[in-house]
Amino acid sequence: MTAVLAASGGGGSDVSLHLAYLISSLLFILGLRALGHPDTARRGTTMAAVGMLIAVAGTLFHHEIVSYGWIAVGLVIGAAIGYPMGRWIPMTKMPERIALSHSFGGLAVALVGIAEYYRHQVLGGAITRFAMGAIGFEVILGAITFTGSLVAFGKLQGILPGKPQTFRGQNVCNFVLMGTAAAMVVALVARPDLTALFYSLVSLGFLLGVSLVVPIGGADMPVVICLLNSYAGLAASASGFALDNNVLIICGALDGGSGFLLAIVMSKAMNRSFRNVLFGAFGSDAAAAKGGSSSGAPVREGSVEEAAELLKFAGSVIIVPGYGLAVSQAQHAARELADLLIGRGASVKYAIHPVAGRMPGHMNVLLAEANVPYDQLFELEAINDEFPRTDVAIVVGANDVVNPAAKNTPQSPIYGMPILNADQSKAVIVLKRSMNPGFAGIENELFTLPQTMMVFGDAKKTLASIAAAVKEG
Amino acid sequence: MEKLIFGLYVFMLAAFAGYQVIAKVPALLHTPLMAFTNAISGISLVASLVIAGGDYGPVAKVFGVVAVAAATINVVGGFIITDRMLKMFHKKPRAAKSGESTGGAPGVKP
Repeated sequence: MTAVLAASGGGGSDVSLHLAYLISSLLFILGLRALGHPDTARRGTTMAAVGMLIAVAGTLFHHEIVSYGWIAVGLVIGAAIGYPMGRWIPMTKMPERIALSHSFGGLAVALVGIAEYYRHQVLGGAITRFAMGAIGFEVILGAITFTGSLVAFGKLQGILPGKPQTFRGQNVCNFVLMGTAAAMVVALVARPDLTALFYSLVSLGFLLGVSLVVPIGGADMPVVICLLNSYAGLAASASGFALDNNVLIICGALDGGSGFLLAIVMSKAMNRSFRNVLFGAFGSDAAAAKGGSSSGAPVREGSVEEAAELLKFAGSVIIVPGYGLAVSQAQHAARELADLLIGRGASVKYAIHPVAGRMPGHMNVLLAEANVPYDQLFELEAINDEFPRTDVAIVVGANDVVNPAAKNTPQSPIYGMPILNADQSKAVIVLKRSMNPGFAGIENELFTLPQTMMVFGDAKKTLASIAAAVKEG
Repeated sequence: MEKLIFGLYVFMLAAFAGYQVIAKVPALLHTPLMAFTNAISGISLVASLVIAGGDYGPVAKVFGVVAVAAATINVVGGFIITDRMLKMFHKKPRAAKSGESTGGAPGVKP
């Protein structure tokens, strides 16, 4: 099928270049398919990297390229920044890193679009309406991705305030800006020679990226990152339309589709619609109002020794990690306790909620880094039925994702959100820093259940002390 | 117009093929998936190269070089970090590390 795809668009003289792009496209899709299983995934990365090498090497022979000096400069600078970004950024910083690289991707595409327009204007070659439309989409999407991802990065990194920044009429304002951008693209298709209009469109794109992401709260960044991933892909696709380049269209479609799919997965897991994530400014007013109302139901606080006592006689244990586990760097401590319990004959599994980390699949990476075998990691659907048969569920730094209110309390803002049924296990140990509510500011009735024992303190220290107590006893 | 239709065919079929394979990627690997698509989105490098290496005046040259650098960051960094993550996923605990924690534990005390 891919053969037909790539052959259809070209029609040029660079048959070998088209052939190179065709092979690259095939390798990208095959690489993605190999990513479907952890055992073959690394092979998939290699395939895609080879595909990229073929595409780039082939392009270097492009007939329009007349000098290589500046190309080399760009490649060296890119590699010099890219290598450390790939090699040394800690796994906990993965969302920040991904956001930042989306901004690079958006920047590259936007610049290509601007240069493409510029060279048509300067060199006098009339730009076709079709190419103009494609370039219009390319620069607006690229510009939005660039600044939007920078804002997302700033929020994740804590440089910018994580709270939604809102003002009255903000959504109206954003809709007007988007409508203006669309009208400008249409006007440019009609009159590609309106240079000032083109550069206004580019500036508007940069502005839109900021104004669309600033009102979204830090906790919603996972969805935003996925959507920006999607925009970056669509921008690359648009550039493929403008340049009549199939490998760009195909890669952009893969990237755009993947980002969109992940954004859907994430919003479902957070019980939110896209509309709500993008325009809801969640976590500002509603949550603040709810935060104060505490029923003050009693919780049972347990000691490390009591928790260890419980675990010593547990045949089956499920660990529910939340972001709090990553914050206190407790992955290794959790794995050591798990190994200890497995050594004593218990079965130990990890239940991973889709929003346990700060981006899709983040918690799996953090646990894999701590040497947890992936066959102990279970997705929500795969493990939820096992909680009633489980002796002890250990909830580490997780809150909303185990809140039964999502099932029983229709008034709750998280009602309907898929949760891990930790409340159904025979005993629950909750490791938590304090009784502060989660980001949604909602009280958690799991904490007040009769079978629940709360152990307060730093997750890493607590897990290590529990492990020590289990060993001693 | 013909170009648009051809392009849309390519886009549609690629999106469909992409959907099919991406939907099969387990949630376990969603972060590597994002890093992976991030790396292949660096394909915009092929467009940047032509701008940077072509003869379209100094402004286009500057834009081209910056675009080449930005896309290369994603290609190089993206593939390295994807592989770095995927290397960590394994089924059984690695022998070197598992020894210390599980070694003495079983049956020491009931």
